Amino acid sequence: MRSGSYITRPNRTLQIYACVFLVVLYVPVLFIPLFSFNDSIYVRFPLQGFTTNWYVDLMGRDAVWDAMWNSVRVGVCVAVISTVLGVLTARAITRNRIPGQNAVVAFVMLPLVIPGIIFGVALLVLLSRLGIPLSLYTVALGHLIVCMPFSVATLLPRFEGMDGSMEEASADLGENGWWTFWRVTFPIVLPGIVASLLLTFIVSFDEFIMAFFLSSTETTLPIYIWSQLRFPREFPSVLALSSIILTVSFVLVFIALWIGRTGLIEKDHPRPPEAPKS
Amino acid sequence: MTAAPARHIRARGGLHGALHRSKAFRGYALLSPALVVLFVGVVVPFLILLMMSFWTRQGFDFDTTMTTLNYARAVDEPIFGTFLLRSFWVSGIATVATVLLCYPMAYYVAFHVHRNKMLWIILITLPFWTSYLLRVFAWRVILGYEGVINASLLSMGFIEKPLAFLLYSQTAVIITLAHAWAAFAILPLYVSLEKIDRSLLEAAADLGDGPVRRFLRVTLPLSLPGVIAATFLIFIPTTGDYITPALLGGPDGAMIGNLIQLQFGAVNNWPMGAALSIILTLWIAAIALVFVFLTRRAERVVA
Repeated sequence: MRSGSYITRPNRTLQIYACVFLVVLYVPVLFIPLFSFNDSIYVRFPLQGFTTNWYVDLMGRDAVWDAMWNSVRVGVCVAVISTVLGVLTARAITRNRIPGQNAVVAFVMLPLVIPGIIFGVALLVLLSRLGIPLSLYTVALGHLIVCMPFSVATLLPRFEGMDGSMEEASADLGENGWWTFWRVTFPIVLPGIVASLLLTFIVSFDEFIMAFFLSSTETTLPIYIWSQLRFPREFPSVLALSSIILTVSFVLVFIALWIGRTGLIEKDHPRPPEAPKS
Repeated sequence: MTAAPARHIRARGGLHGALHRSKAFRGYALLSPALVVLFVGVVVPFLILLMMSFWTRQGFDFDTTMTTLNYARAVDEPIFGTFLLRSFWVSGIATVATVLLCYPMAYYVAFHVHRNKMLWIILITLPFWTSYLLRVFAWRVILGYEGVINASLLSMGFIEKPLAFLLYSQTAVIITLAHAWAAFAILPLYVSLEKIDRSLLEAAADLGDGPVRRFLRVTLPLSLPGVIAATFLIFIPTTGDYITPALLGGPDGAMIGNLIQLQFGAVNNWPMGAALSIILTLWIAAIALVFVFLTRRAERVVA
């Protein structure tokens, strides 16, 4: 089967392309931590020497800690609420015959595609007409809209991949709906819930546009960074803060994606195993 | 992160209509919290935005008589059209570049990676989840007047003085957008390539097609739905992007999102900003309709 092996035969050019692609994808972001340890106020080569001063400087600032605390509070609330809503939505869509459910899913996913600025200004207009002052609560509301598509997208495959007969068995054995959910459904979809919590937390933690329009004097970390970008003197400490945020994000997202994907892999690829190469 | 519509509804033959209705009712009850949040957070704000777009500014307050003045201004004054066109132009080029560059990568993972496929997908999509602001900021570090590229070129003696056009230009915006949205393009491309039945390729080979013809006549047409999805998944959000043009665009690279922000910020003409947001939304809706139409066509051609 020479023709069959052609399709799967290693292609040197593509391999090199893939490696270059990954390097180009990651390297720009890596310049941020690189220069955050550079002993110079200017971002330029050659590097001047290793220093952790910018990090030490950062730790001494109350504004940074306040912004960090605000971001964490908003992130945790948004993660919990959007994941609960995501569980309810995914469960409703996969286990009940709902007229117009495709429209519902499309509606939930809208914020993923529509530019954030439109949702941001629309919420701003609503809040100002209602006379509601901007606060961390309004930021959280904005983040909730942004995060719901991610939690639904993470949880839907989990619920879809679940064997419905397990729930039926539980019901047959006399459990009511509530206990069936906690003792059968919940453990099965738990990896999806953990992944959703982590991902929505990170999306909220990193979110800028909604916070930009909907925050008041209490800022989140991205807004703090934005406000510091104006001052060239602050550039190295912004780099240090950005490095911390990037590291936290990368670690959490990697864990989330790994947890979220395990157990789903076989279902994603129902292809039979590759025939042995000739 | 393509919105996979749920199709997994177990067929339950022999159920009575009443039971059906109660299942649908329970479904809606479960959905209701999410729907309420979306109603309060999306539908109501949008309706008020629509209403405000017909108002006018009056000092620090609004004149709430309905008028189409803002829309007339948006059509008459060339600056608005210029910004809109430029947004479409910039994100159009960024989109084409992203899809072209991501296609081989998605192809590689779909056809040539056999073990640890998921690890590859995670590696590719990982940067997408991290702060958009910081990824854009990284490009400022690279493209800046004393940034990585200029400094390297200077030290190697290729240029006498830093290239000023790198930062604060449309080029900078296009490069950054293409880089920042790569993961968004990879996923739909990968999904459509992964779905292709390998036996079709074998059949084409058996019937005498070479690698190039096989790609052009089998793989490419079958992956078209993914190409179309990727194109629109990038084009629509990037047209309204605010951060990238604000950080890297300069005067030439400013886009419609920056103009909208100005109306809500420095210019302080909220009704005009509302009208511009509505116009952008209408354009996006029109483009989305074209997208739906093209997908239907592509699916029919494929089938």
